[in-house]
Amino acid sequence: MADVSLRKVVKRYDDVEAVRGIDLEIADHEFIVLVGPSGCGKSTTLRMIAGLEDISDGDILIGGDVVNDVPPKDRDIAMVFQNYALYPHMTVAENMSFGLRLKHYPKAEIKERVTEAARLLDITDLIDRKPKQLSGGQRQRVAMGRAIVRNPKVFLFDEPLSNLDAKLRVQMRIEIKKVHQKVRTTTVYVTHDQVEAMTLADRVVVMNKGCIEQIGTPNELYHKPATRFVAGFIGSPAMNFVPCRLEDVGGSLQIRLTDRIAFTLPPARAARYNALPRTDKLLLGIRPEHLTESHAHLEPGVETFDTVLDVTEPMGMETLVYFGLNGTPICGRVNPNAGAKDGSPMRLAMDLNNMHLLNEATGVVL
Amino acid sequence: MSTIAIDKAGPRRKVKYGSMSRDRAWALRWSYFFLVVFVIFSLTPPIYMLITSLKSSAEISAATNPWWVFHPTLSNYVELLTSNQFLRFFWNSAMVSIVVVIVTMLISVPAAFALARMKFWGSATLATGVFLTYLIPDSLLFIPLFKMFALIQDLTGITLLNRWYVLLFVYPTLTVPFCTWIMIGYFASIPKELDEAAIIDGASWLQTLTRIFIPVALPGLIAATIFAFTVSWAQFLYPLVFTTSIDQLVLPVGITTTLIKGDVFNWGQIMTGALLGAAPPLIIYAFLMDYYIAGLTAGATKG
Repeated sequence: MADVSLRKVVKRYDDVEAVRGIDLEIADHEFIVLVGPSGCGKSTTLRMIAGLEDISDGDILIGGDVVNDVPPKDRDIAMVFQNYALYPHMTVAENMSFGLRLKHYPKAEIKERVTEAARLLDITDLIDRKPKQLSGGQRQRVAMGRAIVRNPKVFLFDEPLSNLDAKLRVQMRIEIKKVHQKVRTTTVYVTHDQVEAMTLADRVVVMNKGCIEQIGTPNELYHKPATRFVAGFIGSPAMNFVPCRLEDVGGSLQIRLTDRIAFTLPPARAARYNALPRTDKLLLGIRPEHLTESHAHLEPGVETFDTVLDVTEPMGMETLVYFGLNGTPICGRVNPNAGAKDGSPMRLAMDLNNMHLLNEATGVVL
Repeated sequence: MSTIAIDKAGPRRKVKYGSMSRDRAWALRWSYFFLVVFVIFSLTPPIYMLITSLKSSAEISAATNPWWVFHPTLSNYVELLTSNQFLRFFWNSAMVSIVVVIVTMLISVPAAFALARMKFWGSATLATGVFLTYLIPDSLLFIPLFKMFALIQDLTGITLLNRWYVLLFVYPTLTVPFCTWIMIGYFASIPKELDEAAIIDGASWLQTLTRIFIPVALPGLIAATIFAFTVSWAQFLYPLVFTTSIDQLVLPVGITTTLIKGDVFNWGQIMTGALLGAAPPLIIYAFLMDYYIAGLTAGATKG
């Protein structure tokens, strides 16, 4: 097991920079998830760590050693691919032991390791089957088994659950987490699914256009996003962004959303935003769960306003309500018993204690 | 049953039920019709050969029904199979074909792997070039090749012309390009992740080829093998040009050279020889047919 460091790593394809000088320190035993939209460079980064892609510039270190020019087989890593990449002509046991057999491990040790990994992944009964006789979930377990038996320094996962159906994906997500809790191998996991990222990671790395937007624990990313991209990418339904401006009214700081709607900021927020120039174009970022139905007893910092709902989506445990603020579509989450109906007026409450204020031009969260 | 009866009793509607299956039925009838025509067309010559091979020379030249054997005899078979000459041709053919198949596979499988997987500068152009060489007909090539071997003989003193083993150098010019092409298509259809997984597992290129690619692409490999064998076994022009002494001839040339004397055709033995000569490819086809078809179609659609 080992830590992994990326220092100013760049990947260029002809004139296009797929990865633009990223820095990342991954601690021993850590589970890191690289997440971002397709084309953001996350898979390329993973493949560079694996050694399947050359790096154009910078350094990659595994366990303190620079591995820029070390071939994949000597990096002591194991990789799980999206389409499993099992050898179709080999049985499950042969698939799992292939790497060990190439390295001429003693037969007894190979058998022991395969048995142990199969037990860990609950595939002991499948050990003599060929991949085509297995379901998608079973194949993915075998692919993980192939990685585990090698006992590598680092596990690399390249969108391993994308080929599975939704239900199986949730199951396998939990399996992966369990396996990591047992083997504690440093793991780099790539996905475009922010739910996978949030649920699995010790720390999430959000990537966009070849750069790292933010690194943090799932909670940090959710509650303290650094940029508009991260704020909008993490969380489902996504955070709402409403154009707004700051106003001084009678000694207190107000945020104006529309001609009719303006709220006085809670003291903590007012202190934080007071120094901002009043002329800046700003965005109010507010998550749907902080836009709820109004109560009789509202906490300080929660402000109400009236609107007409466009569409409602009953989800069972909550109802999503959609409406417009000055032409900007907004989503809120209300209690299913709050009486929200398509086209009906409703009084909503906005929790300004959990608001974010962004600079519209730079996208930075202030 | 009852529901069907009610349907029949009900009002007639113009909607065509089961038009799909009716179309299928017609398609099937046409397919069978053309298949039968094709079978008659292609099986008539070998059946005629078999009938003729069982006749004596006297019966062949007699004005009887050519499609029936009145006095069956195995004399043609006995004569051919006890003649050293014929067995020599057979032996030469077998040697040439087997060695050519081995040489072809040893060259074209690694070549195809390199062209399909190790992306190097010009690999795509080279792959197309390999196929283009296959398109040059052998009737254009035999004179330059002959000149080349004559030159080598003059310069080095190594005799290649009029030796059966010269064919070991000539036949691969036909088999290697096509087999490489088939294998490129087949290897290209193997997902890229499979070799990446092998590389991460610690396999070298050679190990990836021998332990992953060859087993996975086995149907394609067998298709290529059958092709190489058939081409070598049936080749006529090159052995006709490059070998002349009786003891150096291969089967197709041997039969026509020794059994046709001027305008005298020994039909019974010619037919017997041709039939015996067709046996080895037939046996190989019969055993490997399923693999052969799988190999050809996979190469065709995914290549």
